[in-house]
Amino acid sequence: MIEAILTLGISGLAFGVLLGVAARKFRVEQDPRISKIIEVLPGANCGGCGFPGCSGLAAAIVGGQAPVNACTVGGNAVAEKVAEIMGVQALAVAAKVAVVYCQGSLDVAEKKAEYVGIEDCRALDQLGGVKGCPYGCLGLGSCVKACKFGAMYMSPQGIPVVIREKCTGCGACVKACPRKIIELVPADKQVHILCRSYDKGPQVRKYCKLGCIACQACVRACPLKAISTDRGTLARIDYSLCDNCEICVSKCPVKTIVSYKVREEKAVS
Amino acid sequence: MLRTRALSGGVHLDDRKISSGKPVEFAGIPPEIVLFMSQHTGAPAKPVVKAGDHVLAGQVVGEAQSFVSASVHASTSGTVKAVEDRYHPILAKPSTAVVIEPDGKGEIWEGIAPGSDDISTLSPEDIVKIARNAGLVGLGGAAFPTAVKLSPPKDKPIDVYLLNGAECEPYLTCDARLMVEEADEIVFGFRAMMKAVGAPRGIVCIEDNKPEAIMAMERAISGKSGIELCILKTRYPQGGEKQLIQVVLGREVPPPPGLPFDVGVVVSNVGTAYSLAKAIRTGMPLVDRVVTVTGAVGSPSNFRVLLGTPVSFLIEKAGGYTGEPGKVIMGGPMMGISLPRTDVPVLKGTTGIVVMTKDEVNLDKPLPCIRCGRCVDSCPLRLLPVWIAAYSDRGMYEEAEKYRALDCCECGVCAYRCPSRRPLVQSIRLAKQAIMEERRARAQKVSG
Repeated sequence: MIEAILTLGISGLAFGVLLGVAARKFRVEQDPRISKIIEVLPGANCGGCGFPGCSGLAAAIVGGQAPVNACTVGGNAVAEKVAEIMGVQALAVAAKVAVVYCQGSLDVAEKKAEYVGIEDCRALDQLGGVKGCPYGCLGLGSCVKACKFGAMYMSPQGIPVVIREKCTGCGACVKACPRKIIELVPADKQVHILCRSYDKGPQVRKYCKLGCIACQACVRACPLKAISTDRGTLARIDYSLCDNCEICVSKCPVKTIVSYKVREEKAVS
Repeated sequence: MLRTRALSGGVHLDDRKISSGKPVEFAGIPPEIVLFMSQHTGAPAKPVVKAGDHVLAGQVVGEAQSFVSASVHASTSGTVKAVEDRYHPILAKPSTAVVIEPDGKGEIWEGIAPGSDDISTLSPEDIVKIARNAGLVGLGGAAFPTAVKLSPPKDKPIDVYLLNGAECEPYLTCDARLMVEEADEIVFGFRAMMKAVGAPRGIVCIEDNKPEAIMAMERAISGKSGIELCILKTRYPQGGEKQLIQVVLGREVPPPPGLPFDVGVVVSNVGTAYSLAKAIRTGMPLVDRVVTVTGAVGSPSNFRVLLGTPVSFLIEKAGGYTGEPGKVIMGGPMMGISLPRTDVPVLKGTTGIVVMTKDEVNLDKPLPCIRCGRCVDSCPLRLLPVWIAAYSDRGMYEEAEKYRALDCCECGVCAYRCPSRRPLVQSIRLAKQAIMEERRARAQKVSG
């Protein structure tokens, strides 16, 4: 009994001393700023910045590989705190939100085939999708599954919806979409042409009621010349010129152009 | 007679070759021809015609831009309606195509000159050149440019050339019919192929469920030195290049990037040999092929089809759907691609169109894996489909790569044998895509 207590006690003491000495002697010097930055970062480890988690970004900021405002999720508040720790001036982060450039829900876009298989948009994309449109949303919700902030949901008609207030602009959904119809857009831009089909007008009309037919009405209507057609078959807004005037929204004959401002005001009333 | 070895893995399928007794007939000129610039493995061809041009059968409409590529030729005479993006059935996305409105005359381009009826007058280089100019690709499905196959690297001597008439996919009978009807032409093309690569020995490989084809080929090769016949026991996926080499010669092709060249073998499909023979004799490039239209259609048939003919046109020709169609597959039922629409055209690599009724299509939800190991037993490449698929389903693509996901030939035996009906091959295909994307992104990062 006594022997056991003594053996364990002495060996415990010896190892304790050894560990204590080792901890002092072999201490790895880590920049104290790294742990401070980790504390102010959101801690969601979403990877939106392109680094492996928040600690990865913290090390990158201290190491100079990333700017102080690299965390889009934290926005200006976090950027300021990180800048303070780093002792530099914070540049304002342009808040971005994800926009889904497709309105082809099942009541709008014709369903041409059934799909039974892996519930992943990339698997369906390998087969061409079930709707007539070869460019639009596949509707299996891989983007919704990728969102770590609960900022997306699938509408009952099978189109992902972004909850703009919750979206942090991390870009996980952008990466998850095999058809590349989700983009990050400055949050203050509220008028969007929600279509990515490069097919010609008559063909688009065959498979989608809300698809862009490149009629040029918006191009002519825009007072700021912010809209042009891409490859001649799809209207696109140059967001650096757009001032949310919404003239194009009223001019679009197929209602491809949508203003989130209108929607938000309606929601309020 | 050659003694064959057993295929490792694989499965014996009910072959359902219901159209095997139907002679090949011409399907006719469709109202529209769509010729994709990307119908083969390798770089897409570049369109050299524009809307409004009048083209004649055999005229080049798409020019090969690199070594691993193939030219595309107008399959009939008519007016070019447009050069535009159309939905590509295999790439499953829009891709550049030349759309021709046929005039119904089928006039042949004046640049087509009859060639030689004697192989001894042609040098190996001549044969490769003919294959290249004809836009010839492997007609067994993968559509690898034949000219590339016929030019093996100088340091890898070829001692055996295998002519693949295994046709191990159920339903398909296009190769079998071709062997029955055109055995002499096939052997002529095969001899030209052997000469091009300098192979002293040629083996015609046919599965034992095609007795008529075996008889016809046996007669055609008799008296031709250096060519033997090998009759294989019916087993899927024996018609795969690597599997065929293993079964017939006992040689194992190293995993990718290993190629049959590495073990001194080249394999070509019987359809390719036939089209090469035609290109040598008549100078006509690859503008048509035999396609089996089968399954739940009025009269399952083998058609000689102009490339670019819409699938819907062929189904109509074969008597239309019987019963409620559940699935239309381009290719065989095991490796083919399920089509979401039928307005897509026949490509160079299209072996068949298989229609399944609603009742035949498996719409069951997959059940959990019970670890029975059937997929492992039956994988012809001795991979572990269960693990690769499990890693793929969890997004762990690096681990899937370690388990050699990229070696998978997508034969589908694992998914076919799975008692829980798990979509194993589909999961593996996703992993392969993700790994390749990751590699491309990394390569871009390095170069950028």
